Amino acid sequence: MQDLNDLYQEVILDHNRRPRNYGPLPDATQSAKGHNPLCGDKLTLSLKVEGDRITGISFEGSGCAISKSSASLMTDAVKGHTVDEATELFDKFHQMVTTPIDQPVDEEAVGKLAVLAGVREFPARVKCASLAWHTLKAALTKTTEPAKTE
Amino acid sequence: MTPHVVPAASPVPAPLDVLAVREQFPALHQLVHGKPLAYLDNAATTQKPQVVLDALRHYYERDNANVHRGVHTLSERATASYESARRSVQRFLNARSEREIIFTRNATESINLVARAWGDWQLKPGDEVLITAMEHHSNIVPWQMACARTGAILKVAPIDDRGDVILEEFEKLLTPRTKMLAVVHLSNALGTINPVEDMIAAARRVGATVLIDGSQSVYHMAVDVQALDPDFYVFTGHKVYGPTGIGVLYGRESLLQACPPFLGGGDMISSVTFEKSEWNELPYKFEAGTPNIADAIGLAAAIEFVRGIGFETIGAHESTLLEYATAQLSAVPGLTIIGTARRKASVVSFVMHDLHPHDIGTIVDREGVAIRTGHHCAQPVMDRFGIPATARASLAMYNTTDEIDALVVALDRVRQLLG
Ligand SMILES: Cc1ncc(COP(=O)(O)O)c(C=O)c1O
Repeated sequence: MQDLNDLYQEVILDHNRRPRNYGPLPDATQSAKGHNPLCGDKLTLSLKVEGDRITGISFEGSGCAISKSSASLMTDAVKGHTVDEATELFDKFHQMVTTPIDQPVDEEAVGKLAVLAGVREFPARVKCASLAWHTLKAALTKTTEPAKTE
Repeated sequence: MTPHVVPAASPVPAPLDVLAVREQFPALHQLVHGKPLAYLDNAATTQKPQVVLDALRHYYERDNANVHRGVHTLSERATASYESARRSVQRFLNARSEREIIFTRNATESINLVARAWGDWQLKPGDEVLITAMEHHSNIVPWQMACARTGAILKVAPIDDRGDVILEEFEKLLTPRTKMLAVVHLSNALGTINPVEDMIAAARRVGATVLIDGSQSVYHMAVDVQALDPDFYVFTGHKVYGPTGIGVLYGRESLLQACPPFLGGGDMISSVTFEKSEWNELPYKFEAGTPNIADAIGLAAAIEFVRGIGFETIGAHESTLLEYATAQLSAVPGLTIIGTARRKASVVSFVMHDLHPHDIGTIVDREGVAIRTGHHCAQPVMDRFGIPATARASLAMYNTTDEIDALVVALDRVRQLLG
């Protein structure tokens, strides 16, 4: 059961129960919708970008514990950061969840987000963890198409 | 004087020897994450009995050749086995003639074949295609595409909170404009068994052609296409204990005769010149190219296996399982069953308060329990019930009450971990 405990760590459960930055963002400058057709997860991400900085961010939607906590952790991680920094973090997060299980993840690079490294043992769940990030990328590039995890 | 009436012996089905049945299915006997596998995802696909595996192996080891094309011995054997498989399917559905049985890849291809060949031929602008709100995507999308090509209009009969078609609404939607009624016999997402006899009779009154999607029914109940009398009946081999890659389209002979072909190529023609080709006779007109010979033979082995046990016996066992699963799952705190139709098969879809089906699926898998989670290729059903997804346990003849207990214990584990 160790792998289940790795997946559903206390931090993840906490973000699932009490998601941060959850709700509408009235003065958003851009937004995007994400959809994981495999499990029906849907999320709307709203951003307020001033200059090159993300000064506001929130999300809404329904999803499993992994996708919800990942979205919650992500909003905390990129809020107040520049668009370039957020894009860099996207790459690091992507790198982490696609690192083979038998190799260590670079915890320093991703900070708190390292709690999601456990999804690597559940290939079907990697998409749940990445949905929010793909949606962020879509919102930053102002793509109007819903982001997909495919 | 009242004649002496001998009461007909009410046929009591022989009880199913579930352990003996399980012995026939090699895949059931394995550990998953160190726990005995409880395979409860039969609506997605069923496991295969040894006789099916043996039939596939025998075909490739001994008889492999192309069909309808050679005079040599192997080709004759392959042709004989392939055509014998068609007769198995004919008997299974009680079709009048083997000319009414067309092999396809799966139910999806069967429906697309009808939507293309029949639809493009018969549908005109303003005509209507009527489906229900509980259709699988494979009985929605081909009709949307056919409507887009022909200018016909797609209509949807609504369902109620139990997951039954609202028959008054259905009857209202059925009008002389309805050219096609396409309905699922047994819903994969809800377990509802539709009153297709009545629906077909209603369609007849307005002159509509009828297609029944039997993908889920053929492994739970006996189907008699002469008694039901639809124009088309489709199913998919892998859900009736057969191989993947083989499906069936039953079509009324006169209609298939009149209908233009779907795909063009070898086998479906009787003569070809550059000016014109003559279509082959039925059923070959609808089977272009080298067919899936091996899997048709495997499907026949599966069908004979099911017939050998008998649907009375299978049905009695599965009703017991459904009753037990419904009672046990209803007792799980916070669990709600989605789909409580008046007539139901052994499919139990459910949601749990505050717990997402995807998390449930992952956790119970670690307990060896395989269930499906998601929208079950029926997104409109999820929308109807206002939920993103469900978890679903779907039970087949080889399942046991112990396996249902294993699911209930695993659900406890879910609540411990996430609750
Ligand atoms: C009711 C129903 N119709 C159609 C299908 C499609 O079957 P296939 O994917 O084998 O074509 C399924 C199976 O998923 C089903 O449950």
